[in-house]
Amino acid sequence: MANVSMTVNGRSVSGQCEDRTLLVQFIRENLGLTGTHVGCDTSQCGACVVHVDGKAVKSCTMLAAQADGSEVVTIEGLASGGELHPVQAAFREHHGLQCGFCTPGMIMSAVDMIQRHGGRLDEKTVRQELEGNICRCTGYHNIVKAVLDAASKMGDGTKVAAE
Amino acid sequence: MGMEGIGARVARKEDKRFITGKGRYTDDMVVPGMKHAHFIRSPHAHAKIKSIDTSAAEKMPGVIGILNGAQLAEDAIGNIICGWMIHSKDGTPMNMGAWRPLAQDTVRYVGDAVAIVVADSKTQARDAAEAVVVDYETLPVVTSAIEALKDGAPQLHPEAKNNLIFDWEIGDSAATDAAIASAAHVTEMKVINNRLVPNPMEPRAALGVYDEGEDHYTLWTTSQNPHVARLVLSAFYNVAPENKLRVIAPDVGGGFGSKIYIYPEEIVCLWASKRTGVPVKWNSDRTEAFLTDAHGRDHVSTVKMAFDADNRITGFKVDTIANLGAYMSLFSSSVPTYLYATLLSGQYNIPNIHANVRTVYTNTVPVDAYRGAGRPEATYLVERTMETAARELGVSPAELRKTNFVREFPHQTPVIMCYDAGDFEASLNAAMDASDYAGFAARKEEAKSRGKLRGIGMSCYIEACGIAPSAAVGSLGAGVGLWESAEVRVNAVGTVEVLTGSHSHGQGHETTFAQLVADRFGVGIDTVSIVHGDTDKVQMGMGTYGSRSGAVGMSAVVKALDKVEIKAKKLAAHLLEADESDIVIENGELKVAGTDKSVPWFQMALAAYTAHNMPEGMEPGLKEGAFYDPSNFTFPAGCYICEVEVDPETGKTEIIQFVAADDFGKIINPMIVEGQVHGGVAQGIGQALLEGTHYDAETGQLLTASYMDYTMPRADDLPSFQISTTETACPSNPLGIKGCGEAGAIGSPPALINAITDAIGNNDLTMPATPQRVWAALGSAK
Ligand code: FES
Ligand code: FES
Repeated sequence: MANVSMTVNGRSVSGQCEDRTLLVQFIRENLGLTGTHVGCDTSQCGACVVHVDGKAVKSCTMLAAQADGSEVVTIEGLASGGELHPVQAAFREHHGLQCGFCTPGMIMSAVDMIQRHGGRLDEKTVRQELEGNICRCTGYHNIVKAVLDAASKMGDGTKVAAE
Repeated sequence: MGMEGIGARVARKEDKRFITGKGRYTDDMVVPGMKHAHFIRSPHAHAKIKSIDTSAAEKMPGVIGILNGAQLAEDAIGNIICGWMIHSKDGTPMNMGAWRPLAQDTVRYVGDAVAIVVADSKTQARDAAEAVVVDYETLPVVTSAIEALKDGAPQLHPEAKNNLIFDWEIGDSAATDAAIASAAHVTEMKVINNRLVPNPMEPRAALGVYDEGEDHYTLWTTSQNPHVARLVLSAFYNVAPENKLRVIAPDVGGGFGSKIYIYPEEIVCLWASKRTGVPVKWNSDRTEAFLTDAHGRDHVSTVKMAFDADNRITGFKVDTIANLGAYMSLFSSSVPTYLYATLLSGQYNIPNIHANVRTVYTNTVPVDAYRGAGRPEATYLVERTMETAARELGVSPAELRKTNFVREFPHQTPVIMCYDAGDFEASLNAAMDASDYAGFAARKEEAKSRGKLRGIGMSCYIEACGIAPSAAVGSLGAGVGLWESAEVRVNAVGTVEVLTGSHSHGQGHETTFAQLVADRFGVGIDTVSIVHGDTDKVQMGMGTYGSRSGAVGMSAVVKALDKVEIKAKKLAAHLLEADESDIVIENGELKVAGTDKSVPWFQMALAAYTAHNMPEGMEPGLKEGAFYDPSNFTFPAGCYICEVEVDPETGKTEIIQFVAADDFGKIINPMIVEGQVHGGVAQGIGQALLEGTHYDAETGQLLTASYMDYTMPRADDLPSFQISTTETACPSNPLGIKGCGEAGAIGSPPALINAITDAIGNNDLTMPATPQRVWAALGSAK
């Protein structure tokens, strides 16, 4: 058994779990944050993406114990004070989701992508960057649109933040 | 239409919870005392179970119970059934073998469930499963339907000699043969429609809860049709009486057909909850999803299409072998028959059609409806054949199609369907304009100068949706009626609840169904709630598949709205001391036309519930229900054009443009319809280029059972799509809706393959057209 402590969505949490517990299990089962999903068992679908210390991570690929002491943000922690994150808003505006199952991971990946590229994104880059997130519903068309729109809206802000 | 009415591009109401992580899917549910299940599955494709030893596993930490098929039999839990009876052409009923929810004597595919372990945690259940010893005696295996039909092939079920489930036909064989014999030209092809794994991103899950105090059962499940699940679980599987069973399908993460069926796991979790006395939750991992979710397609066909000297089609003859896997899944028999062969007339006038279909058991995952279900298989045959015939006849693909289009409606085909409306040339022209078809030759030249091979291909599809008139499907063998129900409840404050038997698992019903109410009563969609997916709330419904939510589900809502409107107007006329026929509903008010007398919607609603001042004889309250049974199928149709560039060095195909022009009839929310087309086309491109399902022929192991091996379309495999719609109203339902859920997956594969074969100059290409296959085809073309 491992004792694990971390900050999740700004709150310090701790819990006991088996050593083999994955971060995604800890988030879903110990913390009851079920917005982070599990869509595969080979670390390929990206439904489980969260941010660990500011970087997008597939939380099925990491043990909970490895995240000990980290700062974790899940989809539940993205909006601030009732205000949607621009990427969340763009997904809604552009119909970038249907069943919603891939959506939390998509959004968390997109936020990270936009931050890394400082808003300088084109369609080709967005499509390549989304390689690790599978959506079966949307054909990606509207997801790409949403990410590009959010990037252009966040553009300057993220550049400053990234520099 | 108003800002939020019919035709408005309204952002979805349901999105808020999904983008903030607040969606509630089955695996998110937690109930007090809940325990976890793990299924023990056969590692062999065909074997006898000699013994199951659970003694060591039972002593493992956290284990609550381990149950197998023998205990299931003790409780008289029924066999899984196929709900659509098909008779062979000799009049005998289909040969259905027994499918036990937990296999008792024989396992017939890798993944067949043998036992369930219930334990305190998922990991404990898994660990204990490792300690269960199942002794198998392996049997010979067959995975190909063609091999399975041969004498001496391994036999799966005693009921089905030579593994033949049925040998069925439709149409006039002699007349079609005569047309072929006297034809000026006959195009012949062998066509394979590849087996696909549906892969909704949410894996299946079930949570069964037995309440001993009430002798009541609740099942949370990933279902497209919870009401049918309840019916089947009680009437056929004997798990619980219908009045003691509540089935809830909460947020469901995609279905595409694969979540229509009632699988062993749902039956077993519910039963195991009673047997062990604890709530039992199971959720599938992706490998299990590959191994147990019903697969799609898997047809091998030969076709002959006959033309006269004017290039008019005179006959179409099809012979198909369909692989149904190890057991007959719920609708498996209808897919390669009435959902398939009835669409073999395509968009064309074809006087003579005959199709023969043999369905076959093999040691593979059961096959059932997957997005399009039969109609993609039919379209692929028709449209590959048309393109091939055009090449052979030396006419342009568009010309050949135009020569043969159905232009007068209603049009009775020789294979049951009566097309009610359409304008096929309009969508063909729209797609040709949008793709700059005329400029293709120049683009091909330009690509050539860069050493690339360009090709263009089209596909003119028609499909039958809105399934379906109950009496019609009943006469064809369906075990259920395919109507839909709705109830509209106007609350005392004027807010509205719509209860529907349709189920949304990505389609956006919470928005589009609310738009119908907004359109009718001028109230905001935020004051309208859509209730679905819970058998305790909605009495009965047939669920969502076959693009039926719009054409059938919404029609039921319209019928209920009609009744509410009549009563509301009567009441308003009484309150306003006016004549009922003078009342109009506008902007949330009931007005006397041509005057300034009006009563706000909410006040009328309140008056219905205070009942202080009602017209004589009127009952208090404002709530109406309706059942709608469609009068015909609906016939969405359209034209897809795909332009590709093939790299001759690598065989890699790049999609340069993909154009869709669809006729879906009336559209409630264009944004959602576009999303359905995008998703459908992506799945069709997946089938054509990427998705191959491979079994090892010797062992029956599924070699493509993970995302490492089965190529799901990723964002960088696909282009952005150019889509548009043309509209002919559908006369068969009150809104004029045809349906849009499956078109993309139906129309796109032949457009892709027609384009690639055009580029490489070799028509012999099988889906998925992987770089390796394209490269090989290029080699043999040289
Ligand atoms: S669940 Fe983590 S990548 Fe699929
Ligand atoms: S919205 Fe359903 S998987 Fe992406």
